[in-house]
Amino acid sequence: MDISIIQDSIPRLLHGAVITIELTTVSVAIGLCLAVPFAMMRTHRNPQLWMPVYGFNFYFRGTPLLVQIFLVYYGSGQFQELLTQTGLWIFFQEAWFCAVLTLTLNTAAYTSEILRGGIEAIPFGEIEAAKACGMSGSLLYRRIILPKAFRLAWPAYTNEVVFLLQATSLVSIITIMDITGVARMVASRSFAFYELYITAALFYLILVYGVLFVFRKIEYRILIGNR
Amino acid sequence: MFDIKGYGWLLWKGVQLTVLVGVFSMAIAILLGFVGAWGKLSGSRIARTAAGAYTTIIRGVPELVMILLVYYGVPTLIQDIFDVNIDFNPFAAGIATIGFIYGAFSTEVFRGSYLAVSKGQIEAAKASGMNRILLFRRILLPQMWRFALPGLGNVWMVLIKATALVSVIQLPELMRNADIASRSTRLPFTCYFAASLIYLLLTVVSMSIQQRAEAWANRGIRRA
Repeated sequence: MDISIIQDSIPRLLHGAVITIELTTVSVAIGLCLAVPFAMMRTHRNPQLWMPVYGFNFYFRGTPLLVQIFLVYYGSGQFQELLTQTGLWIFFQEAWFCAVLTLTLNTAAYTSEILRGGIEAIPFGEIEAAKACGMSGSLLYRRIILPKAFRLAWPAYTNEVVFLLQATSLVSIITIMDITGVARMVASRSFAFYELYITAALFYLILVYGVLFVFRKIEYRILIGNR
Repeated sequence: MFDIKGYGWLLWKGVQLTVLVGVFSMAIAILLGFVGAWGKLSGSRIARTAAGAYTTIIRGVPELVMILLVYYGVPTLIQDIFDVNIDFNPFAAGIATIGFIYGAFSTEVFRGSYLAVSKGQIEAAKASGMNRILLFRRILLPQMWRFALPGLGNVWMVLIKATALVSVIQLPELMRNADIASRSTRLPFTCYFAASLIYLLLTVVSMSIQQRAEAWANRGIRRA
């Protein structure tokens, strides 16, 4: 056991933790913005609206995230000419962009299915009552359906955020120096494998239980009127 | 569209190994799930703490880190402590790690399914003189399966996708072989997309098997 290697690597691991947190926050935020319209489309009666979202969700939930990351990061190379012509290649060249893109689409798929569950679990009477009060369209969604769906879906959404936080570890495979990336690099140079990976695991444990703590607090707040 | 220059057989060999890894890991996960659920529900404080620590740690550590820790970390740890040189084979390390991770998820599934068996039945079995093993075999197990099947199906669905991570320790399963094929054909998109469709197919097949299994397990149950 080599304590000094762990001590020396702590600053770098902290830097990796910042990257992990950034990736998670950006993907969760954009993913949520996508998931809300997706969930609204998914629960719509019109097949032209729900079918594309169904297909999207089916693909992103049915395939491993690692394949999706490779598909975007390495797969885009197959269309390099086309992407260069359209000026998109500068984005796909960047591992960071590919990672955020994949993580965002992946979490959008999972989150929209979670929100769909929430929307479908709303008692029919509440929507009927809102309609009877004269609400329709965006007002109905904004005031009644979405707030209620979020309350119902919050525990499941907490799990999704935790899973995404852990899933960001996969970006180390496409050369991003997040917690896992730093641990792998330092471990392969110093041969201090278990020391580094156990330290990295502790970093993740702290982050995961930190997220769970914050989300429980929010859950307590948003459910205050329902108890 | 899927002209991958004769590398299709490589993907096919990869699928076989992926399914093999999945099945072995699932078997380990189910065994550990039983042990873990027993620990969580046991009267012994030590067993409860151990099972609680197991699920708490697994929930908080990414699969990739666990795989790297087991494959690269454990041999060096053993070397440091016992001064013996061992090397893990990627297959054994892969199924052990994935089984260990999803054992924690099946622990929760089995705990829930045990709690779903009504207390009166357990009391009745005890009253008719069954010992613990007979009670488990005749009363608990047949009913726990039924309650556990939906949860176990979900665990399997996540597990089979997680087997893709074993490719980082060079086990030639589907993901690793798609990687090899993409490098030699220089058609990364085609190869990875083909692999993703195969994973999708595995998911669809698993879903239909799960539905059948649930219908079979629920035979003879009256529904409202």
